[in-house]
Amino acid sequence: MATLEINDLHARVAEEGGERILLGVDLTVESGDIHALMGPNGSGKSTLAKVIAGHPAYEVTDGSISLHLSEADVADVDAELDDEDYHWELLELEPNERAALGIFLGFQYPAEIEGVTMTNFLRQALNAKADEREELFEEEDEDEEEAEADDDEGYETSPMEGPADDGEIGVAEFQEILSEKMELLDMDEKFMQRYLNAGFSGGEKKQNEVLQAAMLEPSVAVLDEIDSGLDIDRLKDVSKGINALRDEQGTGILQITHYQRILDYVEPDHVHVMLDGEVVKSGGAELAEKLEDEGYDWVREDAFEAA
Amino acid sequence: MSSQQDDLKETDTEARFEFKKEENSAFKSEKGLTEETVRVISEDKDEPEWMLERRLRALEQFQEMPMPTDWPGQPDLSEVDINEIVPYIRPDIDKRGGADSWEDLPEEIQDTFDKLGIPEAEKNALSGVGAQYESEIVYQNMQERWEEKGVIFCDMDKAVQEHEEIVREHFMTKCVPPSDNKFAALHGAIWSGGSFVYVPENTTVEMPIQAYFRMNSEGMGQFEHTLIIAEEGSEVHYIEGCSAPKYSAFNLHSGGVEVFVGEDAHVQYSTVQNWSKNTYNLNTKRAIAEKGGRMEWISGSMGSKATMLYPSTILKGRGASDNHITIAFAGEGQDIDTGAKVYHNAPDTKSTVESKSIAKDGGRTNYRGLVHIADGAENSSTAVECDALMFDNESTSDTMPYMEINESKVDVAHEATVGKIGDEDIFYLQSRGLDDDDAKQMIVSGFIEPITEELPIEYAVELNRLVELEMEGSLG
Repeated sequence: MATLEINDLHARVAEEGGERILLGVDLTVESGDIHALMGPNGSGKSTLAKVIAGHPAYEVTDGSISLHLSEADVADVDAELDDEDYHWELLELEPNERAALGIFLGFQYPAEIEGVTMTNFLRQALNAKADEREELFEEEDEDEEEAEADDDEGYETSPMEGPADDGEIGVAEFQEILSEKMELLDMDEKFMQRYLNAGFSGGEKKQNEVLQAAMLEPSVAVLDEIDSGLDIDRLKDVSKGINALRDEQGTGILQITHYQRILDYVEPDHVHVMLDGEVVKSGGAELAEKLEDEGYDWVREDAFEAA
Repeated sequence: MSSQQDDLKETDTEARFEFKKEENSAFKSEKGLTEETVRVISEDKDEPEWMLERRLRALEQFQEMPMPTDWPGQPDLSEVDINEIVPYIRPDIDKRGGADSWEDLPEEIQDTFDKLGIPEAEKNALSGVGAQYESEIVYQNMQERWEEKGVIFCDMDKAVQEHEEIVREHFMTKCVPPSDNKFAALHGAIWSGGSFVYVPENTTVEMPIQAYFRMNSEGMGQFEHTLIIAEEGSEVHYIEGCSAPKYSAFNLHSGGVEVFVGEDAHVQYSTVQNWSKNTYNLNTKRAIAEKGGRMEWISGSMGSKATMLYPSTILKGRGASDNHITIAFAGEGQDIDTGAKVYHNAPDTKSTVESKSIAKDGGRTNYRGLVHIADGAENSSTAVECDALMFDNESTSDTMPYMEINESKVDVAHEATVGKIGDEDIFYLQSRGLDDDDAKQMIVSGFIEPITEELPIEYAVELNRLVELEMEGSLG
């Protein structure tokens, strides 16, 4: 059981005189819950997603983002932990450390990396996550660590896949997990020999984001407009994948979207509306339907009156 | 020839060795490259008269030619002091025996081998220490298989003795004459060691011929010559490897490579080289392809202070083709100026050039290329693509593709991209758990993937590891 807790978060573009975009966001996402975050363009939704993941283009000026894990969330970590070890202040961590703790950002426009096969990328990501978790949870003797690193070098496999003994997840085990997840998402195995997102259609990229979430098993996944540019079949596949994240891995989902459409397939437990850098209204699934019918003006008026 | 030297020929090896040592100190007091120096090298190698004459002629040409100084954007060669070159020759010959033990090697080299994850036996072979015979065995086994087919693969010095006629006909005559450039002339005068490969008609050498083990152990030195002759219809893949940094007191490397691709023959020349950071790497490599012949150059240039290297191919016969794949990496204080030259001198000839370069910490890379299409070389086509990747705002990258097109019925394409490693790309990988360094490394290994996929696996692994080490800045 993990909880992502965002308190009074203020952030601006990280440059001199950079625009202030987040003006006090409060939001809590628990694992197993699906939250939809809606709002007009420019309200700060994507910025919030990036700030949670630690994008260097934004500077947090106030507030906090905390991640609270439970004993079950760290069952894979071989370390003796005190109670306070389950609470992390994400703003103090690098993006990869946040990822290791179980934060996943599904990108609206994922990067295309030529020359790096999906297989190689996913395996390295899994291994990196496992390594980083160990390091985050226990302070290893540095000498020991170095000795371990030396042992990692070997020639046995293709350079495209990295040394055979690099990391913790073996090739066979990896393939098995991968096949299972791909089948679930109805993805072709050929996918894995292609370069990461390079030449992928919009739909393939979105499917790939969900596949990565399925492989990395995050506690909380922030999905930034994962429904944009999808045809109806692909939307169903992606939705099925998102539901599976919640149902099978207990992932908490923060789904950023403009449209009701995806919410027909991924039913939200909570809906939030963001306006001008703040979450101004929260409710259940019915809120999304009302927004679909009536737009955001009434929310703006409500918010104005309340202020 | 002095009588003293004559006498010494009769004495045992040890005495000859002593003689060399004496000569060594004598050389050091001399200034500049003299005729006497060249005579001693030739004498030392017991060469036929014609080779000595060629050396002396090359020396004359070297002395007549000015240093290249006026190329646009040319690396600074002002530190290359010709007067200092010669005294350094002898120490290298002394090193032929190699260090006595692993521990005697410079720490930098030991360190690199360790980081490359090269097994002990291989390390020793690569560094020329002790276990030479292990590599000899590997080499011997393969050699027997080749010999049955009439393939010759041996040290260049030995080839001059044992395959004199072939060498005499091809050595720096038609392909890379000493008059080509100042450093080719220098090479012609003082060349030493290298590889000789001869493949008879319609013979395919299935396994790549590798001059991997022999690079250091047989003291190929800094002026090695590689001569490859592939007769009609033959096929060979030659790999000159040495991903180990070649340690040397030298600061100049000036090698020569000549490749003769017969009618419908196919030669692939691959190399992954990493030079110590004080080396000026100034080479001349050229191939001549006859009708229907196919030449492929694949090279990874790492290390060195400055590199000027433009492997070239003369497409002499109808339907000949050429393919270049190169990668360059420049770090702090390095200027890597490399590219390709192709001469389309016959109809229906084809060429492709794919160049990748990476610059970081203020390093500079430059693609310098020339495609020449002669009048009458109709239906020829060429495609040049160069991509540069930069890590920071201090690094620079230039592209200088020259195209001389004297025929109208041709197809010419050029494409160049220069990019900085994208922050968004790095962040994407970081958000998946990779740290900053691993993310950059992944992007770079993806960038050079077209090269690594062309190389045999062990070279690909080492190239990747070398790039990794360069990026960590941990290679001396």
